[in-house]
Amino acid sequence: MQSHAYHCNQMKMTLSRAEYKEIVRWTDQLRPTRQCMKTLKERFPNHSQSTLLSIFSLEYQKRTKRTFSRHHAPEVIDGHYQRYLSGAKAHPAAPVLLELANKADLSPALMARIILERFLQGPEGEMPSKTVLNSMLKEPSLIPDPILAKNIYQCTINDCCYGPLVDCIKHAIGQEHEVLLCDKLKERNLSFLDENQLRVMGYDKTPDIILEVPIAVEGHIVHWIESKASFGDDHSHRTYLNEQFWSYWNRFGPGLVIYWYGFIEELDCQRDRGILLKDGFPADIVLCHAAQQNGPPHQPQ
Amino acid sequence: MAALLESLLCKKVDIKTVLEWLKNDEEGERLAFSEPQVSVHKQEFVPFLLNFLREQSSRALTHGPATPAKTPNRLRPGAQGCRSAAGAAAGSRSASRVQLFSPSPSVSPGSEWDAASHSLSGVNPFSSPSFATGWSPASRPSGHERRSGQKVSLGDYMVSPPDLQKSPSIQSQKSRRRSGGNMALGGQGKHGGWRQAHHSDEIGRRPSRGGGNSRISEQVSPPSVGQLNLNNLEDFPPVGSSPISPAASKPSRRINPTPVSEERAHSKPKTCFTSIPFTESSSPSLAVDALEGPLTVGSPLSLQEERELLKKEKTKRAQQVSSPLLSSLDPCTPTKSGLGAGSKVTPELQTPCPEPSKVTFSSELDLLAELYCTCISENLVPNIFLELFFVVQLLTSQSAHTHDDDERESLCSVNSEIMERCYLRRVHNCVYFAVKVLQNQFQLVAHLDKCTLRLLAENERVASFSPALRDRLTEAQGGSTAQHSPSVSTFIHSVPFQPATDNQSNFCSTHAFHIFKKQRDIFYEVLREWEDFHKEQGWNFDAALGRRIRGIMSQLTSAGNHSHFARLFLKQLIQVCKGPGVNSSPGETPDADLLGMLGADSLGRLKRLEERLIQPQGVVGPCPPPSFPGHQEFFRDFLQAASCCHLNQHLQDSLCQQLLQLDEVSILSPPASVAGVDEEGDGDMEQQDEKQRFTSVLLLARLLAKFLGFISFLPYQTSERPSREIRDAAVALRSKSVPVLDVCAVLSNSMKRRRTILTVPWLVEFLSMMDFVGPLLLCYRTALGKLLLLYRRMLLGRCGEMCYLNKLLTVSVLGWLFQIPVIPEDIFFTNEFTEVAKLEDSSTSAAGLDCIPLVDQQLLYTCCPFLGEFRKLLAAFVSGSSAKSGGIIRKITPTSAELKDAPTANRSQQKLQVDLEQAFFHNQPPSLRRTVEFVAERVGSNAVKHMKATLVSELVERGEKMLRDGLASPNSNPSKLNDSICAQLCVAGLEAMAKATRFCSEKSPEAIRILLSDETSPAVRTTSENITKRLATEKACSWLSANITALIRREWKSRYDRVMKTAAGPPPPHSRLDVEAAAPEPPTKEEPSAAPKTRRGSERVTSCPPHCSHGASLPSDVLIEMKEWLSIAVGPRTNDELLTGSQAKALLQRVADTLACRKFSTATSEQMLLNSTVLLACRLVSAELPVLSPSEGDGDVAGSGSEPPVRALLEQLAALWQADGCSSAPLHLLFAQLTVSAVLKASDAEWKNYLFLVRKLVDGQVLSEEEVISHWRKLTNLALPAKLVENFQLQSQSIKPPLPLAELQSQLDVLQVSQQAVEGAT
Repeated sequence: MQSHAYHCNQMKMTLSRAEYKEIVRWTDQLRPTRQCMKTLKERFPNHSQSTLLSIFSLEYQKRTKRTFSRHHAPEVIDGHYQRYLSGAKAHPAAPVLLELANKADLSPALMARIILERFLQGPEGEMPSKTVLNSMLKEPSLIPDPILAKNIYQCTINDCCYGPLVDCIKHAIGQEHEVLLCDKLKERNLSFLDENQLRVMGYDKTPDIILEVPIAVEGHIVHWIESKASFGDDHSHRTYLNEQFWSYWNRFGPGLVIYWYGFIEELDCQRDRGILLKDGFPADIVLCHAAQQNGPPHQPQ
Repeated sequence: MAALLESLLCKKVDIKTVLEWLKNDEEGERLAFSEPQVSVHKQEFVPFLLNFLREQSSRALTHGPATPAKTPNRLRPGAQGCRSAAGAAAGSRSASRVQLFSPSPSVSPGSEWDAASHSLSGVNPFSSPSFATGWSPASRPSGHERRSGQKVSLGDYMVSPPDLQKSPSIQSQKSRRRSGGNMALGGQGKHGGWRQAHHSDEIGRRPSRGGGNSRISEQVSPPSVGQLNLNNLEDFPPVGSSPISPAASKPSRRINPTPVSEERAHSKPKTCFTSIPFTESSSPSLAVDALEGPLTVGSPLSLQEERELLKKEKTKRAQQVSSPLLSSLDPCTPTKSGLGAGSKVTPELQTPCPEPSKVTFSSELDLLAELYCTCISENLVPNIFLELFFVVQLLTSQSAHTHDDDERESLCSVNSEIMERCYLRRVHNCVYFAVKVLQNQFQLVAHLDKCTLRLLAENERVASFSPALRDRLTEAQGGSTAQHSPSVSTFIHSVPFQPATDNQSNFCSTHAFHIFKKQRDIFYEVLREWEDFHKEQGWNFDAALGRRIRGIMSQLTSAGNHSHFARLFLKQLIQVCKGPGVNSSPGETPDADLLGMLGADSLGRLKRLEERLIQPQGVVGPCPPPSFPGHQEFFRDFLQAASCCHLNQHLQDSLCQQLLQLDEVSILSPPASVAGVDEEGDGDMEQQDEKQRFTSVLLLARLLAKFLGFISFLPYQTSERPSREIRDAAVALRSKSVPVLDVCAVLSNSMKRRRTILTVPWLVEFLSMMDFVGPLLLCYRTALGKLLLLYRRMLLGRCGEMCYLNKLLTVSVLGWLFQIPVIPEDIFFTNEFTEVAKLEDSSTSAAGLDCIPLVDQQLLYTCCPFLGEFRKLLAAFVSGSSAKSGGIIRKITPTSAELKDAPTANRSQQKLQVDLEQAFFHNQPPSLRRTVEFVAERVGSNAVKHMKATLVSELVERGEKMLRDGLASPNSNPSKLNDSICAQLCVAGLEAMAKATRFCSEKSPEAIRILLSDETSPAVRTTSENITKRLATEKACSWLSANITALIRREWKSRYDRVMKTAAGPPPPHSRLDVEAAAPEPPTKEEPSAAPKTRRGSERVTSCPPHCSHGASLPSDVLIEMKEWLSIAVGPRTNDELLTGSQAKALLQRVADTLACRKFSTATSEQMLLNSTVLLACRLVSAELPVLSPSEGDGDVAGSGSEPPVRALLEQLAALWQADGCSSAPLHLLFAQLTVSAVLKASDAEWKNYLFLVRKLVDGQVLSEEEVISHWRKLTNLALPAKLVENFQLQSQSIKPPLPLAELQSQLDVLQVSQQAVEGAT
């Protein structure tokens, strides 16, 4: 069962806050496009692409949240729409909408959404249903206006932070890492309950994994493991702590969080209080009584 | 009173009579002795005696046991030394001489001032509890008792420096954060200097200035007191000038010295006094007492009479003032030179070395000691440890001594007033007296911890005054079980979520369930914040957390979730605070994190280090106030901040239930055979288990009881003792409602069933939380009375059915209770409380817990941490005297900070394993732990029994054979033979451990397997088995390693004796030689490896092809690449971004692989991937996405439609869609308007490619021709060029039966027309 989990592990995963800040500073002016990502990677060749993308994505989301209201005022939307219309009319083959988004420093996928929403708006200003909107974003061929469809697709496919495909990728990444985690646990012959089983049992908060028999990692007891297929920055870690990790501690005791794409080193400061951070599956595992070694041998799948 | 003592000292009364009288509790309380024709109450005589001793020694103790190292100036004892302490205050002959303790407030620093005032008023400043006597002159009413019209006495200054009495709460609240300063004053004001350390909670935290010197040196702020007129008789009535007539005396009572802070009950009751329970109540205070009603019940005199007496007394003293001796004061120490920080004075040089030869009044001292010891032995004193503490203080007293002492001595002897002789004025006498008492009370002393015993044994004074005592002490050290710190796991945990009680079905609604989910998290958030910040300066619990806590409460109320929260709260409380790890002496609680880091093996070292650090630190005395150490503080503050009656009610219910359950817990008495075993010994294994169980039950019960008491009395807590009117009203009111716990019934029941050793300690905790009115309510008054009777009856020296340490614990906790502030001062020496109480006789049949040796020294010290004060006192003395003899004062730099930084790697594996075990149980149902512990205990015990039955008996048989063989040989020496055989057997016996280990390894898993349910997961079961194995083995081996040798010896001895006895007779047949000859069981085989691994977790619906190695790229990775490629296709792009044909081919291959291996895929990712392939195909056929042919150089776009690369890719795609599970590919996109129009716009090559692809799909049966046609048909507004159709048709015809072309053709016109429209539009 060779794995690709560590395809990026040769790269530096955990960053000091200073390193992290430098990357963040550098991403400040970037747009979420393929080209920008390329320059970012070239600038920081020692860091894994996933880590860089994750950091940028998180930063970009923060940026978007900050500026979101600016772009969502009806008059602003109207302005964007009119500019698109005139642009598309003048240059039907040009990536009008994408350029518009970059000019406005708005995520292309979000721009596409805004414009499509505006396009679909009824004569009385009634909003299209979310389902219709989403399905059209997902499959632009459903959009009655072929030029708009082309522009919309161009926006969503070029955006590396938002859009249906990005969402799908993020979801897939999360899913894959959970599977990888389970694999690793099985490899070590560690018995565990997963989220779904826990939910069935009526647990009110459920980490990805609860170990049936706790282990010790680097001298710290671990009852549960949460897999995060993203970079652990201050903001997301704080949110996770408050909404998830401490809640797990409160119910199941100390545990381990794996930020597969690394984290800011300084955040790993709650070890003694029961939250341990790692950027991969830990190597230094102490078993309770080496119980599993005496247990039934691992069954190959 | 005095008369009796006087008569005794004059030998006018036979000591034996008095002793008999003291001992006999049946006969009347009164002793009538001939001389002055008065009768004496026992209740009055005892306090008189105690106070007499305190006053006698007050001078010797002024420097305090606190530290000999810090008597910086020679005390210039004047001739007044022969007078009582008050006299001393009045007289040095030389004004130039420097006296350390002076009553002049203007110059003296606080502590000295304090000390001086004490000596003036006859109160020992350093803790010696002082008991009131009628003739004690200085009054010391506490601030709020004082009536405005009353004259100020020196005692008042001592008790109530203005800011202290008025706002004691400030200091108690802030005390933690401040060091020294006013705080010190607060402590000393009441109790004498050194004791403040306790209140300030600062032990170990205060900066240590010059070692032991720090204690006093910090108490620098002198109370601001107005100028005193020393000649004012009301302020400074001479002491002891003439005893008041015995009739005037009344039972002493403590002046209420408890400036209970406003928050006392709620926050830290730190300001409480320690060991001055009975300050003098002298004439002026009698008046006060009289006004106070019930408190003076015992007073035989009317107020008027007392006033008369007082007057007489004053006149008498007025005459004495003229005495030249009293005319001048010793000049006070102008500065506290030598006390300041860092100064290394060695005043010990002036401290005389006590010598037995210099003892004066030895016969009187003997007599006093005998009286005193009888009081102690007969439990006539309220707290025996307080007395013992006083004695140790005497032993370590450091009275400065000069040659003037000799002069004084002569004066002393000249003095005819027998009561005024300075029996304990000189250190020689003090030590002599102390050693006498220690000798007499040896049994009690011998039960102190090893360290204390060692310090006592090594004390040079003990050695020089009584080598015999020293020897006995040395010997006793061996008997004293080492007080090792229990290896408590420092594993602090949350309360585990248990589906059985915590999941949604346990809540009345989903809403309530989710509310509680949040409340639980907030609770821990608050707890964590408290842990982080509560020690920080300026942090205030209520300000920081109050709002959030009240938020929890209101949410709970709205959801009706209080019962859930109460359970969580209590479980967390128990989780964190239970166990001996929680030291109830503040400042000594080891930092849990630190211990956790150091691990088990460093624990011992740390403990020792800690002890050394603590030793020279403040001695707090044997009566610390009730406190909430460690995390208990959080829970207390939480309840206060919450002030939620709902929650409190739920907690009360739950606490009551749990407590009563615990109180009923059955502890097995040891089997009869072991009963004979030495009480101090380790006892049988079962006995140890029961002891352990008892310990844990007792500690838990004490914790719960304290909180039950806290919650129950919380509504009534007041910062100050309420006035009499308020109190009476409150009593009347509250006596109508039912108390939360029927303490009397619990107590009676417990006494009847002889379970007081369990009940009393927790009842004491409960009662210690009472408010001021509480003790006056009938139910609690009765309970207190009962406890008092119980205390008096529980004589340590008498052999009873109750074991010594059991008794000692009971007596110790009761003694402590009687000293805490809320308990009325007069409880001990009046009958008021005992009148209402009655002691039930225990039912004769049942042999209750009291008769089982359950308490060991460790438990005693855990429950009564203040017993460690002896050690501190002695250690302080050692550090002082070593300095004297040129030694080095141990300067110990606290190193905890460094230790804290020690890498976690230091944490030993062993500790980690223990933690892992604890952690394992944490999230399992509690029954699992119970099962494992039970099985382990049984298996361990069985292993021992098995060893006894097999190995030991076999060894003994073997020994017998050897013995007989040996005896048969000529010149045999039975005794030598015996020794050698015994030695051999003992060596062989060591095998027992290995055998027991095997036994446990074999038996434990079997039992566990049977007891756990079949549904238990294999991992859990295996772990449980292993833990059981370990526990059982540990239990068995630890017992065996400690006892196997003794066991073999014993067995062998009896066998030897028997053989020797019968040796003369006929040799006995080798009857039982072939016993289960310890053929050891074959080593346990490892677990049957059967148990198929049922993976309940992580089962995913995967349907990879057989033998799939899951080596394909992750869906996300492929998706990312496809997205990239697509975005290049859609543009904008640069040409160098384009893929070559081979790159594209490789990518598509990976996509195909990924789609085939479904291990990591989800429905969405799979669908998205398929979508992307179709979209890619669309771009390829329309040549919107050119593909570089491998031959072509960079940059140049290949002939866009050039067949080879694109065709190959299209073929690849078609094959991909043909694969299993790819049926959901959105192939309709190939026929979408955008695609077709793009193809139409492109060149012929694209047309061909497009048709090629469609044909492939049809051929591959991915699509039927009908589907293709119907897709095209939908393109109603798009022209389908004839060429396309033709081509398609041609292809079809060549391979397939003809399409319904006619139909297509019929539409052609329409389509062509509309195509123009489309072209126009684009």
